[in-house]
Amino acid sequence: MSARANILQRLRAAPQGRVPLAPAVPAFYDAIRAATPASTRTARIELFCEKMAFWHGEVVRVTHDNWPQKLREICAAKGVRSLLYGEASAHAEALKAAGIAGLKPYDRPVGEWKKELFDDTDAGLTSTRGGIAETGTLIIWPDANEPRLMSLVPPIHFALLDADQLHDTLFDAMCAQRWSESMPTNALLVSGPSKTADIQVTLAYGAHGPKELVVLLLDNELSEVSEVNEVNAEEGP
Amino acid sequence: MNNSQQLNFVPASEFKQRASVAVADAHLRKSFRGAMDFLISKRAGQFPNPEALERQRSLAEHIRKYSLARLPELLEQLEHKLTDNGVQVHWAEDGEEACAIIVGIAQRHSTKLMVKGKSMVSEEVELNHAMAAAGIDALESDMGEYIVQLDGEKPSHIIMPAIHKTKEQIARLFADKVPGAGYTESVDELIGIGRAVLREKFMNAEVGLSGVNFAVAETGTLCLVENEGNGRMCTTVPDVHIAITGIEKVVEKLEHVPPLFGLLTRSATGQAITTYFNMISGPRKPGEKDGPGEMHLVLVDNGRTQAYGDEQLRSTLQCIRCGACMNHCPVYTRIGGHAYGTTYPGPIGEIISPHMLGLNATHVLPTASSLCGACGEVCPVRIPIPELLVRLREEAQHDARPGHAALRGQGAAKSRLVDAIWSGWAALYTRPALYRAFGWLATRFRALTPPMQGGWTVSRTPMKPAARTLHELMAARKKR
Repeated sequence: MSARANILQRLRAAPQGRVPLAPAVPAFYDAIRAATPASTRTARIELFCEKMAFWHGEVVRVTHDNWPQKLREICAAKGVRSLLYGEASAHAEALKAAGIAGLKPYDRPVGEWKKELFDDTDAGLTSTRGGIAETGTLIIWPDANEPRLMSLVPPIHFALLDADQLHDTLFDAMCAQRWSESMPTNALLVSGPSKTADIQVTLAYGAHGPKELVVLLLDNELSEVSEVNEVNAEEGP
Repeated sequence: MNNSQQLNFVPASEFKQRASVAVADAHLRKSFRGAMDFLISKRAGQFPNPEALERQRSLAEHIRKYSLARLPELLEQLEHKLTDNGVQVHWAEDGEEACAIIVGIAQRHSTKLMVKGKSMVSEEVELNHAMAAAGIDALESDMGEYIVQLDGEKPSHIIMPAIHKTKEQIARLFADKVPGAGYTESVDELIGIGRAVLREKFMNAEVGLSGVNFAVAETGTLCLVENEGNGRMCTTVPDVHIAITGIEKVVEKLEHVPPLFGLLTRSATGQAITTYFNMISGPRKPGEKDGPGEMHLVLVDNGRTQAYGDEQLRSTLQCIRCGACMNHCPVYTRIGGHAYGTTYPGPIGEIISPHMLGLNATHVLPTASSLCGACGEVCPVRIPIPELLVRLREEAQHDARPGHAALRGQGAAKSRLVDAIWSGWAALYTRPALYRAFGWLATRFRALTPPMQGGWTVSRTPMKPAARTLHELMAARKKR
């Protein structure tokens, strides 16, 4: 008999009491939600920013209009010479229009340019499917346009996150986005830059993956807030 | 039995010797005490509300029990889903079979270098030895695992493999063993050295190996939990990805993952989440530009079905490998991970190793506990570890219970002397006349009690009968 048949046969031969009822996971999270104040968009944004900062991730508040300029400034400040992006991404046109130096599309299978990707690519820009406020987490689903290694190999990872796509918990995100119906080949949760505490429990960043994670938090309501602030400033003494 | 398994076989008697050596090593005790205190307080910080924690534990325990109750069908569902997704699924009854499968895949691809993400199951089956025997380099890429491998050691903790080493020792090790590396005690620089070496290896390896934290049957998804990113490298850069896992890691639904994941990272290192949670459901699809072209999953039994075969021992398989039981164990903290001589140290190792290696080799391990209960109290999936320790002690001393199959190495710790002492004790305590006669003799001839009694009394006051029995003292008191 095959190993498979033997293993399954041993498992099936084991004494079985009554199978427990299916775990009520949604009810568990419903109870938590019922016991806590209703989550608001602002609260989710604040919590996300706080938690992401705790993980050593940088959050930059931007709008849908000004993010390419902000990104250009950050790249210049960090001395980024090459920025990897997905050519067919929704944000590609805006990115190209911003005049960022060293834009590099991920346009070939990795086997054809592995060395350049590892040794000569400073940063990568990816989109995200959303974020998780409770833990300060990005949800990234790599695909043919924005492959898996974009968020892993370059030393700096820039991620575009729409503030409207923030969920309270992982469970909420996975239900709202109906993950179980079609999982991609690779789905990722990312909370901060790569890190390790394997040497004497001392935290060090950039273990194997990015040393820096910069989240561009897209929030158009922010422009209204800042405009109001500017008006106030003008009215000041 | 092949070489790799022999290396894992540690005679029971040596545990005590190694433990004595470890206890006398002040430096080792200090590093473990410090690290465990740190992990204990980090975990405690994650669970400020005891009632909320109990609710989470109840749910997690329920999910694990439910998954185990349906294990055979969930494994079949997982296999079916993964096969649909383009993953090749293999089954291995023991470590030798698992290694043969992996060596076979590597050889088909003419592999020279395999990079490994953290996988305790690969340690358990001694994969590195099998790969070396086949002439293939198997390089550990988790920083802690890389460090212990560089020094020819094994992990001393399942989450923090190099916890027994100081940064000065690691600095010396890197300076000696890594070509071109100078001596530095800066942790950032040391990590930088490891990063540079390993990124080169990720680029060149033909095969990447990883473990699995949760395998989701409904979607055919393998979930990996990590902070460093080496797991993502191993599962993404090489052309072939091989995942290896114990058969117990499967859950039915994706929604069963968040409660377990949340408890795993909080219990392990006191983190609300790890940097990366990597969900892999298949190899590279046509049009995708990276990811492995070929993907395999090796499902390993290696004694797990023995634990499964007994309703009490089955709870051993609820484990999600957080390591909280060892962090909180007073014995582990004092002797460290290497003294156990098994892949899984600490309380979880004491209850799982007997199924993997047999009681012959491991019967002393369940006795390496004061039964203080800390392990059971912190276990996020409520494995009753102390009860299982007592059960395994009993199985090591006796024949199988009626109606129960004998465990591997059943009765391995049986001793004629101990049996004779217990029979004598029972005879004495069930016969009042004999008992009184013995009491009279023991008190009158107490001067003859041997001063060296061994066992418990090696480091404690030897036993000596009182001058008069309690019966006599009470009788004298009544007369007054």
